[in-house]
Amino acid sequence: MPKVKVPRKSTAVDMTAMCDVAFLLLNFFIMTSNFVAKEPIVVAIPSSVSEIKIPERNIMTVLIDKDGKVFFGVDTQQDRKDILENVGKAYSIEFTPKELIEYSKLNMSGVPIDKMKGFLALSNDEKDSEGAKMGIPTDSITKQFATWVKTARQINPELRLAIKADSNTPYKVVKRVMGSLQDIKENRYNLITSLKKVSTK
Amino acid sequence: MAEMIVADKGGKGGKPKPKKHTTRVDLTPMVDLGFLLITFFMLTTSLLKPQTMELTVPSKDDVADADANKVKASQAITILLGKNDQVYYFFGAAENGVDPELIKSNYSSDEKGLRKMLMTKNAEVMNNVNQLRIDKANRKVNEEQFKAKLSEFKSAKSAPTVMIKATDESNYKNLVDVLDEMNICNYSRYAIVDITPDDIALIGRKFPQDK
Repeated sequence: MPKVKVPRKSTAVDMTAMCDVAFLLLNFFIMTSNFVAKEPIVVAIPSSVSEIKIPERNIMTVLIDKDGKVFFGVDTQQDRKDILENVGKAYSIEFTPKELIEYSKLNMSGVPIDKMKGFLALSNDEKDSEGAKMGIPTDSITKQFATWVKTARQINPELRLAIKADSNTPYKVVKRVMGSLQDIKENRYNLITSLKKVSTK
Repeated sequence: MAEMIVADKGGKGGKPKPKKHTTRVDLTPMVDLGFLLITFFMLTTSLLKPQTMELTVPSKDDVADADANKVKASQAITILLGKNDQVYYFFGAAENGVDPELIKSNYSSDEKGLRKMLMTKNAEVMNNVNQLRIDKANRKVNEEQFKAKLSEFKSAKSAPTVMIKATDESNYKNLVDVLDEMNICNYSRYAIVDITPDDIALIGRKFPQDK
């Protein structure tokens, strides 16, 4: 019996379909993505059963770490520039356009206003170093923290205030922050939490 | 056939036949690139958005005339947050120098936990809301009716009022946990109140070992 000759097939597979799939997925991820914003400190947020999602835009975030350091940030670069300029004015510090741009690149900042100029002159690596994370003073004498929030509110009245604090933050610090907010009549805010499942039975 | 073509071309002479290239391109590197970018985007995005808990606090002016809306003692529950995740509660208020009965509790959902107490105290509202949820699941009420009814039930006159007083030693998690219990047990009237020295002294007297 003659052997049936199996025709030799090329091992090259048509990649067009796979390419299509890859780029389709890529498109999806680009569209739905919002980048993980880098935060100066890592906080372990407490969990709650609340299912309200945080809005995507127009958020000012107050970050409180467990040592009580307070950081502040808004989500658009233009707002950041305007806010720093006006906060500077309130403490009679003039910022150069270069410094303003440098500041607008930062997602969050926690530097006393008098040290801001020195901080902005640092390189990116130095800004990330532990020593540069000083926190905004929340004392009631210079009222820096209140000024930041108040200025942000003036620049963009649409902003919503979100507080993101570490689980182990002493209540004392939280109380002080809430007190400063109360002083400037910021009475509605969101506490950022992670989702916890619970049974009501 | 092939022969004929060859003959044809050959006859003319000179003009070489341009080599027919296939229009197929090897797409493998492009696929590689695509997946590389996908990986990058997947790693840098946060698909999960955090939840938030909405909180409205009274402004300073409201607090100033707090006497006007003093809580009726019979409907008041005071929750005290101590250090090391301790939590205490009492009903009513101190009257004529007699200490209210201070009870030690915890954040769990067991017999002694806060939730059990809060649910029992708010049983009427809880029942109404649970019934409403069932109705909604059975599509007897629509979304708008549900919301209206929910706030109506929650602000019922008979519902107790909770005062949350945190000591400086308690932490943020304790506060969020208690606020969370308020949500779970359908309380709508609660407030975060500054702790008074009397309250701290009360804890000290009743539970000296926790001091």
